[in-house]
Amino acid sequence: MNTTARSKKAAPIWLFFPPPQKRSPKSSNLPPSGAGTGLSGGALARTGGLMIVFARMNRILSIDPENQRAVVQPGVVNFDLTLAAEPHGLYFAPDPSSQKSCTIGGNVAENAGGPHTLAYGVTTNHVTALELVLPDGEIVRVGSTQGDAPGYDLTGLFVGSEGTLALVTEITVRLSPKPEAVKTLLAIFDSVDDAAETVVDVTARAIIPAACEMLDGWTLRVVEDFVHAGFPRDSAAVLLLEVEGLAEAVAGQAAAITEACNAHRARKVRVARDNAERELLWKGRKNAFGALGRLAPSNYVLDGVIPRTKLPQALRRIREIGHRYGFDIANIFHAGDGNLHPIVLYDPRDKGQFERAMQASAEIIRYCVEAGGALTGEHGIGMEKAELMPLLFSDADFDLMRRVHDAFNPACLLNPGKIFPLSKGCGEIRLRAKSSAHVSVA
Amino acid sequence: MFNASANFVARLESAIGASYISGDPSVCAEYVVDEISPSIVAKPACAEQAAEIVRFAALEKLGLIPCGNRTKLEIGMPPSRYDVALDMTGLNKIAHYDPGDLTVSVDAGAGFNDLAAPLYKQKQFLPLPVPFYFESTIGGIIASGVDSALRHSYGTARDFLIGAEFIDGTGHLCKSGGRVVKNVTGYDLHKLLIGSLGTLAVINRLNFRTFPAAPVSRGFVISCRTSEDALAFSNLVERSPLRPASIDLVSSQLLQLFLQAEKNSPEPPASPLQGKFPADSWHLCVSIEGTSEVCERASREFARLISLPEAKHTQLVTLNEAEGADLWHYLGQSIPLLLQASPTAGIFKINILPSRLGTLLQQLSGLAEQASLPQTVLARACGVVYLALLPPSGEQPLLYRLSEAAAAVFSLCTSENASAALPWCPTQLKRQVNVWGSPRADFALMRRLKAAFDPQDLFAPGRLF
Repeated sequence: MNTTARSKKAAPIWLFFPPPQKRSPKSSNLPPSGAGTGLSGGALARTGGLMIVFARMNRILSIDPENQRAVVQPGVVNFDLTLAAEPHGLYFAPDPSSQKSCTIGGNVAENAGGPHTLAYGVTTNHVTALELVLPDGEIVRVGSTQGDAPGYDLTGLFVGSEGTLALVTEITVRLSPKPEAVKTLLAIFDSVDDAAETVVDVTARAIIPAACEMLDGWTLRVVEDFVHAGFPRDSAAVLLLEVEGLAEAVAGQAAAITEACNAHRARKVRVARDNAERELLWKGRKNAFGALGRLAPSNYVLDGVIPRTKLPQALRRIREIGHRYGFDIANIFHAGDGNLHPIVLYDPRDKGQFERAMQASAEIIRYCVEAGGALTGEHGIGMEKAELMPLLFSDADFDLMRRVHDAFNPACLLNPGKIFPLSKGCGEIRLRAKSSAHVSVA
Repeated sequence: MFNASANFVARLESAIGASYISGDPSVCAEYVVDEISPSIVAKPACAEQAAEIVRFAALEKLGLIPCGNRTKLEIGMPPSRYDVALDMTGLNKIAHYDPGDLTVSVDAGAGFNDLAAPLYKQKQFLPLPVPFYFESTIGGIIASGVDSALRHSYGTARDFLIGAEFIDGTGHLCKSGGRVVKNVTGYDLHKLLIGSLGTLAVINRLNFRTFPAAPVSRGFVISCRTSEDALAFSNLVERSPLRPASIDLVSSQLLQLFLQAEKNSPEPPASPLQGKFPADSWHLCVSIEGTSEVCERASREFARLISLPEAKHTQLVTLNEAEGADLWHYLGQSIPLLLQASPTAGIFKINILPSRLGTLLQQLSGLAEQASLPQTVLARACGVVYLALLPPSGEQPLLYRLSEAAAAVFSLCTSENASAALPWCPTQLKRQVNVWGSPRADFALMRRLKAAFDPQDLFAPGRLF
């Protein structure tokens, strides 16, 4: 069960699983979900209704190595596409931590990211065309296989629209060539501040690693006990950095990163000796959320973003908020692009704790916004953060988003109650939820 | 109509201030779009003023075209209504620049060069050396959707535009995205502004991710007898471990234009490009960015590639930093050079899968020959072709030939599953040819979006649809 499911509960009345050959549901009030790994409640049936589960539409329709393109159904698991592209020396760059179970349809809905988006961008940067089903049953294609067609960038609008505008039934993605060389570095620090200052310094030195992840001491000890990735249990923080590209470029960047780490008192900078060690380090990073489940009955993962130069003060502020509300807050996040994942550990059986956990989380998100950041870097707004949207957007912004929404989904059939605060969304969804079916996407 | 215009001018002057509004025909004539002159030119000094002007246009149902330095204003169909030119060059400040965060927020009316200078001081840049960039505004570059050679490695503006502020058709200031490099909060409305030609909203401010400038770059030019040979070499480069910043194929006629421009330059370079390349060849121009070690490695890789049996080239030239800068400057400014040499040129932009480039180039060449029109080609290895058909003058029979050729190019592109547009051509041709080519299936959805942003169809009506 994911965090959102723990903090927000909602169930559909019906589930529908379109088979692979049923490319496009025709009815207006039918089919959408994927693997259910989302962390913002985007795939929850908030108002009951009918949930379309895309898990069976899981075919890779084509791989075109020459043009570095693939066409997939929405239920294809993210990592399965990389495995299929591997014999051609290609891979699918977006790599959410859940990439071995999350679907590409879900990645498209939430515009998912992952550790390597620092260099390669989020899902939208790798999607060139979509087949969509509109609420009236019309099937349309937007974008083009080659990308950059004349007119408005509809693909850019629909990716990340969280299933509120249309159902996605086919996705054309860009595949990336595997780099000649990869170096993975583990920098070990005795102070969280030093690790955070190193991240700022790496960017200031004009180095853009492929990934730059941070685990604080609390997290890395739990992960180490669970995964045995080789994180030193007595350190205050580690940075997991990766550089990729031409061997000469990688060597130069690794040396410059090591220099930056040493300038900020890194205890040690270790370079993974081989693929096995590299994979182990990444296993530690990508299984961290699972490991944290050993510590508390529940946890709440945030996804706020801050300008990366503000990382040191942001981590101090999160610590302070945690102390004030009486929670341990673990930090494991995409440090390189300022995408924080503070994890509030709490016991949902204690109602008071749950309320305090939500208050602490809201305070952290408000801080991100005040610091010039955003509510979400990769998980999406879903139903989880919808009520926080007014922190960033004005009534005029909502009016325009509403008109864009209504241009495609005027009757609010698709995924009602998501992205928009209830007071600014489909006005009457709470009433309608009891009387008619709605469609939710994952 | 004159009285109505005078009335509008007087009311706008009273609402905004006389110094920001002009109804002077000689001023309006500077803002002509496809031979249509506006009756009012408004040049606001702040976003609120711009919004006030939009609200006025909405009230009076006036057609309004936002613009910057007007270097690319001819892109699109002739406007169906054009009453107000909204000149945004009065909004020209850099609002935020955070070098440590690699982000910048800039007013739409700021000049590209005015932004490039402070970025350069921090050894950063924005990868948008698009046609006319040296006299373009940032807002104009985004609204026109033009690309540059650097898209090969940095992508297009959609990959690094992270947020925007704009005025919608109801006259409200809106925003989308933000100032952080990773952000999925709300709909990505700012992406829709790219290439929208001012039809959706008036862009007020744009936020970008910036990039560190590479310390060293090196250019390689591989000359081949045919375009097929050059594209085959391009495939060799793409399959190598190298990750070039750009790969562009230049036809012999286009290279001649570069050399002519160099010859006419008021400050001839110390090391001219003249005489370096064989005539009657296709030239594959590859730029490499990185450290000196990376560039050295690239030199070794090219030495290896030219020794392969499948490499059918006639010459490889390695350019030093200054020569490379010259060549890529001309390459980036191909379109202004072409329009200067042949003002009645028809220049197509075609997007096609890279594997189909070779076939397409051959067929395009055949079409140009059939029409007896001189042609030049600039083709990006990532699948973008700029085909220029160059009638020697704007006489009617030649225009007819251009029109016939345009229909044939659009038809060919449809059959090749390529998307094509004719961004630059004489206004007279637009009376015979839809510059957006064959109607696309998703145009109906675009119309819905246009109605959502601009319910009264005030912004650049008729230019896209």
